[in-house]
Amino acid sequence: MDALALPGIADPRALRRQLARAERRRKLRAFSLTLPLLVFLLLTFLVPIGALLARAVENPEVVTALPRTVVVLDGWDRRGLPPATAFAALAADLGALPHRADAGALARRLNNEAPGARSLVMGTYRALPLEGADTPDATKAKLIETDERWSQPVFWRAIAKNGSRWTPDYLLASVDLRRDATGAVERMTPDQRIFVRILLRTFQISAVVTLFALLLGYPLAYWLSTLPARKANLLMILVLVPFWTSILVRVAAWIVLLQSEGLVNRALTGLGVIDHPLALLFNRLGVVIAMVHILLPFMILPLYSVMKSVPPSFLRAAVSLGSAPLAAFFRVYVPQTYPGIGAGALLVFILAIGYYVTPALLGGPEDQMLSYYIAQYTNVNINWGMACALGALLLAATLVLYALYRRIVKTELSLG
Amino acid sequence: MKKIILIAALAAALPALAQQLTVVNFGGANGDAQQKAFYTPFEKKTGTKVVPVEYNGEQAKIKAMVDTKHVSWDVVEVESPDVARGCDEGLFERLDWAKIGAKSDFIPAAVTECGAGIFVWSTVMAYDGDKLKTAPRSWADFWNVKKFPGKRGLRKGARYNLEFALMADGVKPADVYKVLATPAGADRAFKKLTELKPNIQWWEAGAQPPQFLVAGDVVMSTAYNGRIDAANRDGRHLKISWPGGIYDLDYWVIPQGTPNKARAMDFIAFASTPQAQADYSKNIAYGPTNKKALTELDAKVLADLPTAPANAKDALQFNVKFWADQGEQLEKRFASWAAQ
Repeated sequence: MDALALPGIADPRALRRQLARAERRRKLRAFSLTLPLLVFLLLTFLVPIGALLARAVENPEVVTALPRTVVVLDGWDRRGLPPATAFAALAADLGALPHRADAGALARRLNNEAPGARSLVMGTYRALPLEGADTPDATKAKLIETDERWSQPVFWRAIAKNGSRWTPDYLLASVDLRRDATGAVERMTPDQRIFVRILLRTFQISAVVTLFALLLGYPLAYWLSTLPARKANLLMILVLVPFWTSILVRVAAWIVLLQSEGLVNRALTGLGVIDHPLALLFNRLGVVIAMVHILLPFMILPLYSVMKSVPPSFLRAAVSLGSAPLAAFFRVYVPQTYPGIGAGALLVFILAIGYYVTPALLGGPEDQMLSYYIAQYTNVNINWGMACALGALLLAATLVLYALYRRIVKTELSLG
Repeated sequence: MKKIILIAALAAALPALAQQLTVVNFGGANGDAQQKAFYTPFEKKTGTKVVPVEYNGEQAKIKAMVDTKHVSWDVVEVESPDVARGCDEGLFERLDWAKIGAKSDFIPAAVTECGAGIFVWSTVMAYDGDKLKTAPRSWADFWNVKKFPGKRGLRKGARYNLEFALMADGVKPADVYKVLATPAGADRAFKKLTELKPNIQWWEAGAQPPQFLVAGDVVMSTAYNGRIDAANRDGRHLKISWPGGIYDLDYWVIPQGTPNKARAMDFIAFASTPQAQADYSKNIAYGPTNKKALTELDAKVLADLPTAPANAKDALQFNVKFWADQGEQLEKRFASWAAQ
């Protein structure tokens, strides 16, 4: 570098320093301009997602409430009943709980694992202190006398299994797996399997919605891209109007249109096309129709922006060189819009797999997607560990899809 | 000057703010009846403004408020399984029954540590008297799609439906929970539900069954009896078949840590008086929990209540303890079953 001597400048190093300083200042400025956004993203996006992922593996209830019992049960082979010292530790732990709410949290957690544990724990908690429970054996007898279910190993196994602060159980349950008494992973019993099926259904509905959005959006985007700018802008506003309306309003509108006494059915019966009203609501059809409608702009916008950049001369050249117009369209034009198709399809698909309101209002139980169960666990069951595990599953699915997309398309996303 | 105005405005606003009470209910016809029987008279009597809020029973909101120690709901109507559970988990304040009234005035189930029973309601079989000429008499009839062709409305969830399925399968009301507690009994209930599955239209909000029945979407439906009564007050001719209905109570609770606890207690005490309870039952066909209210009601109102002897004769009381223990597992099994 020193060989590079610039004419008219005495000290090239001083110039370099000046340049470096200017560069640093520029970088700093750019950084300070984006800093608010970075902080915002960190606080509103990364931290909550981190908390969600942590919650999916957190398991503090049993360890906090029953520290001594957990230690005693650590050496237990999980067959038959645990030693009498475990009974004594349990009585001591339950008796030492500062608030009833702590017992309540423990009861809820154990009831996830072993149905019936709720009333067992709360009943025992209320019966404390046990009189005449001086030795471990006496405590054991007293506990079983209070509630004979303490002589069933299943409840003890539930405690032993949750003896650590972190658990894979919620994540395993989100793919219909569980740990057996010894900790080996196995499939759930058939009547408790559900989420794998729901995940596949979520993908299936999203794929169908994406396909229809593409079939409907592609011709429209093409037509828009061929129009003069003024007309195209006007029509684009029409595409965007539903975009600005609340999803709930649009879903309610679809209910009015599609119900058995609704506009569509009445028109069809009036025209004599059908005798009985078609079932358009509370099934897959209603969900797909409404979702395609809501997500269509997300398909059209990236398609349009890519199509605008495709020079029309290519297509004309192909035709003038003797290609049939349709063949030229599919072999020359369509490949040039692949980035738009990819971006639009990915966007629609990723948005679709997270859909909640539309299937909840327009679908039957066979049409609910994963988000419905997340809401169910959050609001109704208040099992936030399970809700977070399902959320993590959805997040993982999205990331995998994006990675696959990057692999296949090998270009950056063009989002319009 | 500006400061003075600000202080004056604050001084004027503070008492107004302090004299508010947020009462959360399940909305619909039930919320309207509460407005007439509880909120308006309470406002008149005490000058405290009651702000009604509707919700769908999600306990997550209460838990979030209590956990973050930012409680903006003062009194909440909750269903029976949530009372004991929330009480155990520290979501609700303990009630001071000395302020509410003599415990002996109330039906036994209404008196709990954290919850005061508001009313007795029942999940029953309902049908449109204009459309169905032969009346269905039992859950076996509800399952009989040959005799009564058409869809059936059922509440989406395992609760109640498993009980109804067992009764349809010939289990006596008194034995339902005993049978359901065994694995074979649960299998039997799901098997019976599977029989009806192609003919089921699910509902989630209490307002839906009367709509479904009136629109002709379903020929029979399970429903909350008060919603059927409310529809009939609007000129419909919906009918109820009482045998095999499941009755239960809704409760007032006070979320832990509300700044208006004393006023919330006053409200619960007011809503539990015989007069308020009787007014409520006149506005919607749910039974009073205060036994003294019964003397204020005439025979016509009494006949439509779930607590009327003729209606309660073959009814089943909802078993809170059973569902608190088995609920999660059965609801998950139901979700798995429904998704197939």
